Amino acid sequence: MNQEKIISVKNLSKVFGDFTAVNKISFEVNKGEIFGFLGANGAGKTTAMKMLIGISKPSSGEATVAGFDVKTNSEMVKKSIGYMSQKFSMYDDLTIKENITFFGGIYGLSKTQIKEKTKQLIQKLQLETVADKLVGSLPLGWKQKLAFSVALLHEPKIVFLDEPTGGVDPITRRQFWEMIYAEAHKGTTLFVTTHYMDEAEYCDRVSIMVEGHIEALDTPANLKKQYNVDSMNEVFLKLARNIE
Amino acid sequence: MSIQVQNISKSYQNNLAVDSITFEVKEGELFGLIGPDGAGKTTLFRILTTLLLANEGNATVAGFDVVKDYKSIRKEVGYMPGKFSLYQDLTIEENLNFFATIFGTTLEENYELIKEIYVQIEPFKNRRAGKLSGGMKQKLALCCALIHKPKVLFLDEPTTGVDPVSRKEFWEMLKRLQQKGITILVSTPYMDEAALCDRIALIQKGSILKIDSPQKIIDDYEKTIYDVQAKNTYQLIEDLKNYSTQYSVFAFGEYIHYIDKKTDFNPMELEKYLQENGHQDIVIKISKTTIEDVFMDLTNLKQ
Amino acid sequence: MKRFIGFVTKEFYHIFRDKRSMFILFGMPIAQIMLFGFAITNEINNVNIAILDHSKDTETQKIINKISASPYFHIEQEISSETQIESIFKKGKVKAVLVFQNHFIKDLQTKKQAKVQVITDATDPNIANTITNYINAILQNHLQEVNRNNLPTYQIQTQTQLYYNPELKSVFTFVPGVMTVILMLVSAMMTSISITREKELGTMEVLLVSPLNPLQVILGKVFPYIFLSVINAIVILTLGVFVFGMPIQGSLFLLAFESILFIITALSLGILISTVSDSQQTAMMLSLMGLMLPVIILSGFIFPISSMPLPLQIISNIIPAKWFIIIIKAIMLKGASIQIIWKETLILIGMTVFFIGLSIKKYKIRLE
Repeated sequence: MNQEKIISVKNLSKVFGDFTAVNKISFEVNKGEIFGFLGANGAGKTTAMKMLIGISKPSSGEATVAGFDVKTNSEMVKKSIGYMSQKFSMYDDLTIKENITFFGGIYGLSKTQIKEKTKQLIQKLQLETVADKLVGSLPLGWKQKLAFSVALLHEPKIVFLDEPTGGVDPITRRQFWEMIYAEAHKGTTLFVTTHYMDEAEYCDRVSIMVEGHIEALDTPANLKKQYNVDSMNEVFLKLARNIE
Repeated sequence: MSIQVQNISKSYQNNLAVDSITFEVKEGELFGLIGPDGAGKTTLFRILTTLLLANEGNATVAGFDVVKDYKSIRKEVGYMPGKFSLYQDLTIEENLNFFATIFGTTLEENYELIKEIYVQIEPFKNRRAGKLSGGMKQKLALCCALIHKPKVLFLDEPTTGVDPVSRKEFWEMLKRLQQKGITILVSTPYMDEAALCDRIALIQKGSILKIDSPQKIIDDYEKTIYDVQAKNTYQLIEDLKNYSTQYSVFAFGEYIHYIDKKTDFNPMELEKYLQENGHQDIVIKISKTTIEDVFMDLTNLKQ
Repeated sequence: MKRFIGFVTKEFYHIFRDKRSMFILFGMPIAQIMLFGFAITNEINNVNIAILDHSKDTETQKIINKISASPYFHIEQEISSETQIESIFKKGKVKAVLVFQNHFIKDLQTKKQAKVQVITDATDPNIANTITNYINAILQNHLQEVNRNNLPTYQIQTQTQLYYNPELKSVFTFVPGVMTVILMLVSAMMTSISITREKELGTMEVLLVSPLNPLQVILGKVFPYIFLSVINAIVILTLGVFVFGMPIQGSLFLLAFESILFIITALSLGILISTVSDSQQTAMMLSLMGLMLPVIILSGFIFPISSMPLPLQIISNIIPAKWFIIIIKAIMLKGASIQIIWKETLILIGMTVFFIGLSIKKYKIRLE
């Protein structure tokens, strides 16, 4: 493959005391790819992701995200990425418009840009009737879709999504993934973690972390072939069986 | 009947969380409430475990009325709330002993029941609960809910946020508990777990869409679902949605699940249409219906 | 009973494993009493005073020399008339003025007694009191020396006059005060926090769906804190008596009884707070704003009630701490028996019954 690499990770490790959470992982993510980052609870997924988005310093190894070194240039990394997690996405006590304005402001968008973006976004998500309602009053699925759009406000090159669809109903989950597809189509790179194994199949490539290592990394089709099973769920079970 | 629910409704302020729900759970049954967040599962659990009062309707658990006989119910049921609800600063053993004493029993007395689960966490019995992994916490919580040999077990989203390996193990444990004669009411947002229950209720926005055994629900589903695949998934979804007779288009694992409006739908025509739109490596074949397909169709119909 | 013991054991695990609780429980009382104790009874050193000597004779000069030789006082200036007193106090230059009457030596020789007036700036009542005591001691010491060869003995009468705060409060105010604050803190705040913590963590949900009845849960939660509060009270009293020489004139038994009564009052307030708050944060804010501030400000611990504006004086009546401070002061300092403080005791009992009743009424057997 001769594609542009937007994330490249080499021997990245994170050690807490005598516990190695991430142990020399290496991988590359292509531009415009939907990259699934899977692993059991406690396999080191979250720690690895925190290093990539520039909020946790690696103990050793190297990683560049959007061309910037996460160790030395984490501020530039943060400017080039979007981030959305299930746990924190939006302020429940602000209205939809206020949230958009706030996050737009954080990423340094001008007033006119924010105005323009707000209009687009509300129109796209068909939120016209509730634009002045508190985010807290929205159903979870809407919130997550809105949060994703907000993470895209400053047109980042890469978006990190940490379990974006947990607890969301099946239809909204699919609508969410259609938004992800559309974004990837535009050339944005998407780095996604999820507990739904069927969602792993939607990714271009997936990596599976087990106890701090990356045990497998390939397209879902190749992985299923390699482990001789029918679904990603079974691949996952085969790989992660003996942990804990 | 172990659990009987009749026209139960509950609203918070002006928000109707549970809308006139009726169902029954037989003794020794493993019954699943399947639905996304906000469907009303937790509210229903809290009404049945006597933690909340319903606005309307009535319900009995193990033969006791949830309002009048709440004290008796509290003696007879085991409850595992959605949030991890054990003492994080107590060890595994201390948590177990505590719950045993408040139910007036001991770990030894009902050891048989929890043995299988407990042996998996026993090596860590002196570790504080807050320091356990998600899977172990869940096993400990289950042990604590079982320690007094309850007749009915309520498990509110026990597998949410837990990885597939632990989820699988957890369901295997539930199956074994069921064989010991315990009635289990479990809720989950993961549709693939539905198949592991004896009977399920699909629940969305406070009301039940369907109740039956998972197999029966799938057998009763009349529409034909097609697996469609092509090289460019994004374009495929767009084009399928623009196909004149499309009924629904949903991404589903490696395929797109496609349903057509016409009963005499011919897949060849669709293939031709896709080829005309420049798709490559097209696959169209009849799919196996899953609970998730039925759920999505039922929610779509309701809207 | 086994359930109760199991529950209490669990509570003790929580307390002993939480460094913050341990600090509040054991570090705080000792730190507070030491802080207040030493800040208030610390020896005075080099306090600036002024002398107004109307007599100017050999005897007054001897006394002045003695005072100026002591390490406690520094004679800042000598003034010549009463009119100057007010102004030097206002400037804050001196803390006290010593006034010798006219014909000091003559009075001493003819009437066998003479008068000295000690005027102190009582904006800081404790310092004022200490100064008076020290000057008195120096005068007595001087008399002893003089009287060794004289019969009949001379007497010097000291007249104390306090400026700005005529009703000087006892130097021992702080022991009852600190004890009240600590008991309130431990009993009310800690219980309300520990109950709301269970709500926040979701464990209350599990406890509710168990055969434990609300009374058992509450008793189980409260018992360890009664125990710890009693230990705290003992520590504070011991420190007060042995480190600061605080007397206990009255019956120890009565003191213990009243302390336990107050602990129960505070606990019932803690339970009440926990029934209306859903998070530890709310419980903490409510206890701090609703309990600690009134205890510190309105109970008479720091600011004398009698010098408060009337509306605050009226409000202070509903503060249980006010009554408790009156009671323990009476027992410790005046040796009062129950016959004297029955009224205050009854008020505390009444308040406790009211708060417990209210909490039981407010306690939810369900989640809402």
